[in-house]
Amino acid sequence: MVLNNIEKLLEKYNNAETTLQEEAQLRTYFASEDVAPHLEHYKPMFLYFSKSQQEQYTKDVPLKPKNTKLYQWISVAAVAVLMLGIFIPNWNSGPKTLADYPPEDQEMYLEAKAALAMLSDKFNDGTSSINALGLASENFNVGLEKVSHVAEFSKTTNKLLKN
Amino acid sequence: MKQADFVSLVMPFKDKVFRLAKRLLVSREEAEDATQEILLKLWRNKEKISEYKNVEAFSMTMTKNFCLDRLKSKQAQNLKIVHSNYTDNNTSLQKQVETRDSLDWVSKIMEDLPEQQKIIIQLRDIEQYDFAEIAKMLDMNETAIRVNLSRARKAIREKLTNTHRYGIK
Repeated sequence: MVLNNIEKLLEKYNNAETTLQEEAQLRTYFASEDVAPHLEHYKPMFLYFSKSQQEQYTKDVPLKPKNTKLYQWISVAAVAVLMLGIFIPNWNSGPKTLADYPPEDQEMYLEAKAALAMLSDKFNDGTSSINALGLASENFNVGLEKVSHVAEFSKTTNKLLKN
Repeated sequence: MKQADFVSLVMPFKDKVFRLAKRLLVSREEAEDATQEILLKLWRNKEKISEYKNVEAFSMTMTKNFCLDRLKSKQAQNLKIVHSNYTDNNTSLQKQVETRDSLDWVSKIMEDLPEQQKIIIQLRDIEQYDFAEIAKMLDMNETAIRVNLSRARKAIREKLTNTHRYGIK
């Protein structure tokens, strides 16, 4: 009776007319130990179906959240800030003349300028007197040369006297 | 959609995607790559995922198309058709060896089927989808699916009967 039923089911199965429940029935029948000998060759097929259903995907999938965009924009912002830092100080510093400053500042500036001019005048005086010293040392050198001439002369006179 | 939501959405059918990919691409590595590709594609389009009525069916269709493209593409020339999915099995009982042997046979027979039939057998007999779902996934009508399925089942039976009776290999 059971066998008859299974054979009918197999017939339907091969014509692809079985429902999922009937297929499950077939699968359990062929999973059992006592399969009719003339149906033995179906066994590996159903066993294979049940077995390959258990295969699993074990690899990990790297799921990256999409926040990389934020990082990109941070670098853009940093560059923008740097550029502003370089350019903003130059905005206010146009060409300035003395007339742009308040009168006290102008006065101070003129005073400082006069004082510095005086200082440099004195410096120049100092260098000219040092020039005079340089002249004197030159004369000394000339004198020394002459003295050496005298020394030479005395040497030769000594020689003559010896002879 | 957070990563956890996505994982819980994808979890139930990622093995099915993998098995379908493996059925078509044969090699385990290739199938793993394909599965990863599919899941990443889903992840990239996660904003649109809620618009799909049936994410699972959609993913299966994607997998089918992706694998068929892969088989057709130039890259397929480098595809490892020779798999290395060996497992270490110490049990040496005669009966077990025999069943393993015949199971290998079934998988070899299935490799020889046309791709369409492979897909249908995979979806019906292994994943146990009903015909309406398969029809949606493959964009075919149910009658055509039944015809293909019947052919595939008969072909497998034919070859199995032959090896069983005569030991032809």
